[in-house]
Amino acid sequence: MTDATANNVPASSVHGGSLLSQNVRTRRRNAAERRFRLYGVIAIGLSVAALLLLVSSVLNNGVSAFFQTYAKVEVMLDPEVLDPKGNRDPAEMSKVTTIGYGNLMKDAFPAALQKAGISVEGITDKEIGDMLSKEAPAQLRNRVLADPDLLGQTIEYWALATGRIDGYLKGRVTMASAELDSNVSPAQLRLADQMREADMLETRFNWDFITFPDASELRPEAAGLGVAIIGSAYMMLIVLFLALPIGVAASIYLEEFAPQNRLTDIIEVNISNLAAVPSIVFGILGLAVFINYAGLPASAPIVGGLVLTLMTLPTIIISTRAALKAVPPSIRDAALGVGASKMQSVFHHVLPLALPGILTGTIIGLAQALGETAPLLLIGMVAFVRDYPSWPVDGFFEPASALPVQVYNFTTRGDPGFVERASGAIIVLLVFLLCMNLLAIWLRRKFERRW
Amino acid sequence: MTSVKFTVSALAVIAASATMASARENIQTAGSSTVLPYATIVAEAFGENFDFPTPVVESGGSGAGRKKLCEGVGENTIDIANSSSRISQSDIDLCASNGVTEIMEVRIGYDGIVFASDINGAEFAFTPADWFNALAKDVVVDGAVTANPNTSWSQVNANLPEQEIMAFIPGTKHGTREVFDDKVILAGCEESGAMAVFAEANGGDEEKAEEMCTALRTDGVSVDIDGDYTETLARIDANKNAIGVFGLSFYQNNTDKLKVATMSGVTPSTESIASGEYPVSRPLFFYVKNAHLGVIPGLQEYVEFFVSDDMAGPNGPLADYGLVSDPELAATQEMVASGTPMGPLQ
Repeated sequence: MTDATANNVPASSVHGGSLLSQNVRTRRRNAAERRFRLYGVIAIGLSVAALLLLVSSVLNNGVSAFFQTYAKVEVMLDPEVLDPKGNRDPAEMSKVTTIGYGNLMKDAFPAALQKAGISVEGITDKEIGDMLSKEAPAQLRNRVLADPDLLGQTIEYWALATGRIDGYLKGRVTMASAELDSNVSPAQLRLADQMREADMLETRFNWDFITFPDASELRPEAAGLGVAIIGSAYMMLIVLFLALPIGVAASIYLEEFAPQNRLTDIIEVNISNLAAVPSIVFGILGLAVFINYAGLPASAPIVGGLVLTLMTLPTIIISTRAALKAVPPSIRDAALGVGASKMQSVFHHVLPLALPGILTGTIIGLAQALGETAPLLLIGMVAFVRDYPSWPVDGFFEPASALPVQVYNFTTRGDPGFVERASGAIIVLLVFLLCMNLLAIWLRRKFERRW
Repeated sequence: MTSVKFTVSALAVIAASATMASARENIQTAGSSTVLPYATIVAEAFGENFDFPTPVVESGGSGAGRKKLCEGVGENTIDIANSSSRISQSDIDLCASNGVTEIMEVRIGYDGIVFASDINGAEFAFTPADWFNALAKDVVVDGAVTANPNTSWSQVNANLPEQEIMAFIPGTKHGTREVFDDKVILAGCEESGAMAVFAEANGGDEEKAEEMCTALRTDGVSVDIDGDYTETLARIDANKNAIGVFGLSFYQNNTDKLKVATMSGVTPSTESIASGEYPVSRPLFFYVKNAHLGVIPGLQEYVEFFVSDDMAGPNGPLADYGLVSDPELAATQEMVASGTPMGPLQ
């Protein structure tokens, strides 16, 4: 203490100030600190603003994808049309295509409207029929084939409305734009207004967006994320089951057992290099090795999973090694000191303590892999896939899509109805990422130990 | 002992995956992003109405699709390549060297290429010569070859509005670009008489003259769009003075945002393209690997379904989406039914 005061006195006297009033240097120093804090606040403010802008624009465009418009149609399921042979055999009945069902609905719809007291003057029957989605006959057909007893009955059926009618109820399509639009007419929109008043047209929550497969450009209203979510989930499973054991084993060996020599140095440098390799390179590798050489099927989650495993491995190895390094040497020394073998000390003491760090690294690696699109472009995952893959392990080898790829696919479509679906898919992807990151934080909090 | 077990189980897993890999049940197609929407519409309807799985449709560009088709025969290669331009001799040679000897060429219909600008912008009535004079690197002014000096459409043609020249054209990987180069730029080059001047300047070398015709200016007036038409639309949205090149079907789905220009006095529509009046159109194809017919379940049925009247006919869903139906569809149906491979290119 005395030293400090002794030192301070000459210092302040040199600058000719007292402790109570700030001299020029102190003022400058404090000003610099205030400036730095201000810069920090500005930086955080900018990033928060950018994030808010991004999230709000995605939400703004995408929330509507979770709602969908349906129209009520009363259809008389005419057995003469739908089962010409009259034997109620689904195999025979499947000869009637969706075109046949479509015509049935198009005939039934104007009649049902008139029955409900809605005037259909000034609009042709074709225009009325065109308000229903082309997906609707397909759904009706599946329903009839599953339950042939429906034939001959008049059923009330909520059919998907087309993307344009749906857009009108959501405010995307207006009377003014319909004037110019070759796919919808103002007369159809006026009819939609009348139907809404008669409770024959309503917008409800759209689970089908999560569960349905992709759809062609003629029916944006029926496009969903089902296959993409399954494909992404399968790939994440493959990455988890391959990258975690391999990555952890490699890092434990490198960190705890490997001799320090030139070879391990080279390996270490290469792992760091691998982490920095652009992901598209892994896609090229996947195409050359897994598809062309090993003969694995294109567009399948197994290939995507293997490619993403290669991409995620370095991340997992690096974070695992960091977690192992963070375990104090005293733990190892104590274990060895009471007679544990090297392996026992690692597996009984070091690894459990490093586990939260390893899990965090793994989940962050997985989250990164979940959002990866570039390598999937090359291995055929950017495809129109409508059949759900079956359960693992068979499903790993069947075609599937992936969430980020589905976003990309939706953005390349011509129909404006796909814009909201692309944003909706982004929302789903972000929710998945958020969940994974929350899990990582929770695991770290729960198992973390400080020394 | 454990290591032996591990090796054996690892081998078993690999063997199992190999057997599973060899049993492909779905049709795989790849190629042109112009054909993609049509192929997805057919694939969807096929999956609904037949007992076969829905075909998988990849995009990636016409050239890339044909290369993939030519990679060889076998279940890990694709069955069908969609293409917005005709297969080239180099593709056929590549195919032959990889054992793909029999390819069936199926023409599904025609597609128009339209020029469109922002809905609130000025009206345009183009001729191919206007496009050549607006976008070519070198043009002919007063009989002499000079670097393109034009900055506004009215300088190109006094009848056009006084609007800065700004064009978004498809990138070179697109089949659409070939048609644009061929039917607009090259045709305009000939029409305006620049071709003859270029040939003269090159000592009568026609090929060099054609090269000069299709060399586009690089001063930022003509922008290559490597993405899809949605990107072109977004760029026009941001730059209201620009004119973009679109497929007819894309335009028909976005008539509330785009104003279409006439070409040589003809408004593009399925009718004017079918009658041959509208000059900028091209046939759309897909190429089937005949060796896969009868091996991949449903391939023959899919191909027949694609060109059936229910799909590709004038009242089918493909025509609804903007495909110009092929007047010779019946001949194509016959060819597909008998699986006739294509002959050598003329």
